[in-house]
Amino acid sequence: MSNVFSIMLVGVGGQGTLLASRILGDVLLSQGYDVKVSEVHGMSQRGGSVVTYVKYSNGEVYSPVVTEGEADIIIAFEQLEAARSLPMLKKGGKLITNTQKISPMPVITGAMNYPDDIINQIKELDVDIIAVDALKLAIEAGSSKAVNVVLMGILSKIMPFEEKIWQDALLDNVPKKAISINEKAFILGREQYK
Amino acid sequence: MSKLFLGNEAVARGLYEAGCRVVSSYPGTPSTEITEFAAKYDEIYAEWAPNEKVALEVALGAGIKGARSFSAMKHVGLNVAADPLFTASYTGVNGGVVIAVADDPGMHSSQNEQDSRHYAIAAKLPMLEPADSQECKDYIKEAFELSEEFDTPVLIRLSTRVSHSQSKVEICDRQQIELKEYVKNPQKYVMVPANARNRHVVVEERQSRLAELAETSPLNKVEIGGDSIGIITSGISYQYAKEVFGDKASYLKLGMVNPLPTKLIEDFAKKVDKLYVVEELDDIIETHCKKNGINVLGKEIFSLIGEFSQATIAEKILGDKRENVALDVNIPVRPPVMCAGCPHRGLFYILAKHKAYVSGDIGCYTLGAAPPLSAMDTTICMGASISAQHGYNVAGGEDTEKKSVAVIGDSTFMHSGVTGLINTVYNGSNSTIIILDNSITGMTGHQHNPTTGYNLKGDIAQTISIEAVCKAVGVRRVRIVDPYDLKATEEAVVEEMAAEEPSVIITRRPCALLKYVEYNPPLTVDRDKCITCRACFRIGCPSISMKDGKASIDATSCTGCGVCSQLCRFDAIVGGKENV
Ligand SMILES: Cc1ncc(C[n+]2csc(CCOP(=O)(O)OP(=O)(O)O)c2C)c(N)n1
Repeated sequence: MSNVFSIMLVGVGGQGTLLASRILGDVLLSQGYDVKVSEVHGMSQRGGSVVTYVKYSNGEVYSPVVTEGEADIIIAFEQLEAARSLPMLKKGGKLITNTQKISPMPVITGAMNYPDDIINQIKELDVDIIAVDALKLAIEAGSSKAVNVVLMGILSKIMPFEEKIWQDALLDNVPKKAISINEKAFILGREQYK
Repeated sequence: MSKLFLGNEAVARGLYEAGCRVVSSYPGTPSTEITEFAAKYDEIYAEWAPNEKVALEVALGAGIKGARSFSAMKHVGLNVAADPLFTASYTGVNGGVVIAVADDPGMHSSQNEQDSRHYAIAAKLPMLEPADSQECKDYIKEAFELSEEFDTPVLIRLSTRVSHSQSKVEICDRQQIELKEYVKNPQKYVMVPANARNRHVVVEERQSRLAELAETSPLNKVEIGGDSIGIITSGISYQYAKEVFGDKASYLKLGMVNPLPTKLIEDFAKKVDKLYVVEELDDIIETHCKKNGINVLGKEIFSLIGEFSQATIAEKILGDKRENVALDVNIPVRPPVMCAGCPHRGLFYILAKHKAYVSGDIGCYTLGAAPPLSAMDTTICMGASISAQHGYNVAGGEDTEKKSVAVIGDSTFMHSGVTGLINTVYNGSNSTIIILDNSITGMTGHQHNPTTGYNLKGDIAQTISIEAVCKAVGVRRVRIVDPYDLKATEEAVVEEMAAEEPSVIITRRPCALLKYVEYNPPLTVDRDKCITCRACFRIGCPSISMKDGKASIDATSCTGCGVCSQLCRFDAIVGGKENV
């Protein structure tokens, strides 16, 4: 149905995509939408590609998955994963990507090369892309693990919900001892989008 | 109040609300979280059993005692539990017994793609299939009612997308259900031939009554949306179809997938011009329709292989495909890998170095099959490593005995490795078995097992000693090594492969992701000493990469395990342990 809005989070196992999708799911639920969040478990901690889908609607969301050409927004936690997920982006959709590079095993073993200049190549396809060094910002906030929350900060500027709603969802989902780091990471993310 | 629940969490909530008292399961993606969530309710006794057969038997016993009971497993787990399943169909239950089985179309995390509905048909059991989290909860409650009303275990079929998607759920209070009285009844519970013959009659009669119920049960829903396209479907496929056609098609959504209704389908067929069956994996609904003379389109257009999506349906029925863009570059795949600091890595390096034939098994250590280690010859099912190695050695004789090993994890050894080991000892092949004891069930996300010293609820439990088990079944050569110590590991592998009797090596080191594990400081590469020989790349550590022509170690992910530094002949990898 046309009134379903689709967001994809893509990254590398261990980068915290699951937590980000849960924060997003809570934000959307609090706004009264029907929401579905689809996660992939199992191999996700083992450094493989991970994909989560978040879909919402004023009406009903049926399928929990996003397929080619459907994503209104893709949030990529890593460059290569941004490139891999590109076919899922809707025409006119938005891609937010972390500029961090994490080499997959075929690159580590020398069997393949990490492609050069991914972000510029995506730009040349006339894709609306926001590229940010989220790792640097996360470290600035106090932990390299806060990349996910930096990216949620950027997303929060694109979506039409008040900052407070995001802050509440953040508090509900991050461990108590990491709250101040994550709040900082969220604000640093927000400042990236003008 | 409505909340977002994972399908598996909603199943657990359903157990709580239905007054379920006993849960026994063995982990397996995508079913694992059901039992983990169930364990959070104090009212539910929940445990990890060593395997699915044991788990189901525990649930059956609790049901006989009169408690509402439950067991969860992945699709291949039901193969292991099939023996009690088929006969429990004959004995029936006392307190309700529900079994959730999670299929994995697309094999996100599985070794095959079997369709569990065949078990419901073969064992003559009712099977329900929810399509979202709310239905996961509701169907569990309905399943307990059916179980007690029809005196039968009830199967719930889940799939990866239902188990691992969150959607809205309305929660309710727990029903107060008392234990039912157990009344001795050997004709019903002692399945010797004389009794079983009578019970088979009861089973067939029960199936007919269930088939009648399927015609009118609200679990099977007709939604009319025009008379041109009709879709018969169930579970997640219903959601995909709905996303494509919305209310522009008519649906027969089957919440009960065994037994299937006939008249309901016939009536639905009459209302539409073109009738499709949309079902992932096998053609079970379709075959039922065709057997009853109902003309449907199913696997002529849809595949028997893999999972569907809304795109599959739009393409196969409407010929629609969405526009998209892609980069014109070769994007390297990103397969899962052994984590930095994984204790399995060093062993596989040694096995690769000695070109051993490796009879493999299932767990994180199956990643030893992937390049650059590439040190595994077979992976079949849990427990098969030890038994298949015995077969390989019996067929190959002394030559193969001296060049082969079996590898198996601690959880897998408890699951079904022990019986294989008994066979090896009893029938006397000189096999070498390596038990990779990382003190946890790693692959499925850190569940306790009989060797870890804790139970599902996190309480201290009796620890089963792997070495004592091996000795007790008659293995005289049992040795324990630290797999971070490559020299000691290599010595053990070489000596035990040469031994003229069955032997066991336990490689013992806790999983690097366990919270209590402390890391050494990260290692660094001395760029002046590194000659780019790439020896350290042979272990496939995700922390090691090439930077400006030399090896480089990522300080945030390196755990300082020191396996790579033992491979460097130029002492270029420094720091770590020495500095502590
Ligand atoms: C019959 C069956 N049940 C469950 C599973 C899911 N599963 C795969 S590996 C595994 C256990 C792995 O634990 P362990 O042997 O300790 O090895 P580790 O992953 O810790 O290295 C499980 C439960 C399966 N594949 N087959």
